[in-house]
Amino acid sequence: MTTIAEQVSTHQRNVPAAPSLGRLTLVELRKMSDTRAGRWLLASIALVVVGLVTVRVFAGPSDTRNAEQFLAFATGGVSLLLPVLGILSVTSEWGQKTVLTTFALVPRRSRVITAKLLAAVAITVMSVAVTIVVALAGNLAAELLNRGGGWNLGLDTILYAFLFQLLNMLLGIAFGALLLASGLAIVLYFIIPTVWSVIGGTVAVLKDAAGWLDLSTTTAPLLTTSMGGDEWARLGVSAALWVLLPLTAGLIRVLRTEIK
Amino acid sequence: MIVADRLTKTYGAHKAVDDVSFRCEPGSVTGFLGPNGAGKSTTMRMICGFTPPTHGTSTVNGLPYRDLPNPGREVGVLLDASAQHAGRTGFETLAVSARVLGVDRKRVLGLLDRVGLPPEAAKRRVGDYSLGMRQRLGLAHALLGDPAVLILDEPANGLDPEGIFWMRGLLREFADRGGTVLLSSHLLREVEVIADHLVVIGRGRVVAQGSKADLLSVAGVRVRATSSAVLGTALQSAGLSATPAADGSFSVDADTETVGRVAAASGLILTELKAADGNGLEEMFLQLTAAHHEGVAA
Repeated sequence: MTTIAEQVSTHQRNVPAAPSLGRLTLVELRKMSDTRAGRWLLASIALVVVGLVTVRVFAGPSDTRNAEQFLAFATGGVSLLLPVLGILSVTSEWGQKTVLTTFALVPRRSRVITAKLLAAVAITVMSVAVTIVVALAGNLAAELLNRGGGWNLGLDTILYAFLFQLLNMLLGIAFGALLLASGLAIVLYFIIPTVWSVIGGTVAVLKDAAGWLDLSTTTAPLLTTSMGGDEWARLGVSAALWVLLPLTAGLIRVLRTEIK
Repeated sequence: MIVADRLTKTYGAHKAVDDVSFRCEPGSVTGFLGPNGAGKSTTMRMICGFTPPTHGTSTVNGLPYRDLPNPGREVGVLLDASAQHAGRTGFETLAVSARVLGVDRKRVLGLLDRVGLPPEAAKRRVGDYSLGMRQRLGLAHALLGDPAVLILDEPANGLDPEGIFWMRGLLREFADRGGTVLLSSHLLREVEVIADHLVVIGRGRVVAQGSKADLLSVAGVRVRATSSAVLGTALQSAGLSATPAADGSFSVDADTETVGRVAAASGLILTELKAADGNGLEEMFLQLTAAHHEGVAA
């Protein structure tokens, strides 16, 4: 009996520790880029932003070709596809059934979702860094070609660009967690702003509402560095509606849902 | 060690799993047997924390699965071999999990080789794998954290006969080194070779469980004589419960010596007398399957 008791206690002492949240975040970052779909998506984002900035060097009014404008332009370009990475980081787990592995190894599902959110923040920071580099390269090209210039780039502009990107990224993750289906989440992510602009443009009442509820309208001032008290209030309301609410609902769904 | 205690799962009015209890001891292979849709997978998902049970509890190594700090280091789980990202290579699939588990990356190549996935195969995307290769990858994944417990749902699916033979050897060796194995199957023949312990489930309920030896011995003996009619009368007058089969033989609920004596006393010439190897279990299993299909049809 003692031998068994000893074995049990030895076993208990040797139980391996849970992976840290930092480790899980690195794993989630890796999972965003180690599949064919992930690599294609990252390559597409790079291609889109470099392409857009290159076009901007040669087209558009030259008095707006400066570092800040280039950054805003490039940020808008990155935001077209980056949130899809967030959507897929959640939905591909269900679509490819890898949740069966992910949650077998980390059964505390909230830790996995937290790691995904942290990974989203990290990849957003990296994307902003890359965006700055591309934007400045565009600005340098414009200056060398005598097509513009102006190197004034405030920290607030960069932080706003980061916030803009992060909100879109979190929106993607929230949609993903709420819908748990890649196709549906991606389609809705792209359709909703269009629907808003169409009905906002035709129905007068909704146009006023869009000023408070349409995230693409309320995040626009972030890229023109024209945030005032009113803009922050509008941004807060729309972010609560489109990011916080679906993220909370999605989180509850992920924590409760039966994995098959 | 795996303990399932009165696990029950209802979906609306349908009881998918009904009051299922069993234990899987270290050093043994437990075969979890039942027709398709009997509740095997649901039970296994409850044990692994994927499906919340309606009633009942389960533990692995003394703790509910969800309370294991780093479960992959204690339990290897393979519930669905196709549940791997098609766009990831076999190597990367294991390398990612090795990071989560805190296991040395070098272990990955060795394991892949051990399950029969050489480096060329490991470099290919899982989407290009056959089901058999995915089973092998899934098994390597389950073994990655060097666990003491394995939970495998239909691991022989998609494996060729050589692969099934290989897997049996691997699981036998795992159990002989003190490991606990729970594996499910809908094929009796597949598990009876390897399992020490059987849990038979039908329509969500455990219909039989025990050591394989016990379950197979209840089958009694099969006996055949030159005169089937005389044998039947002799067995009946000896007070033995005998069931005639279409081929003229009888299944008798007794041991071979008793039946032999009855035959000798009647001067019968026996053409066959042997312990019915698992036929009893097979018959029960077939009835279970038939009943299940009737249930589905109704």
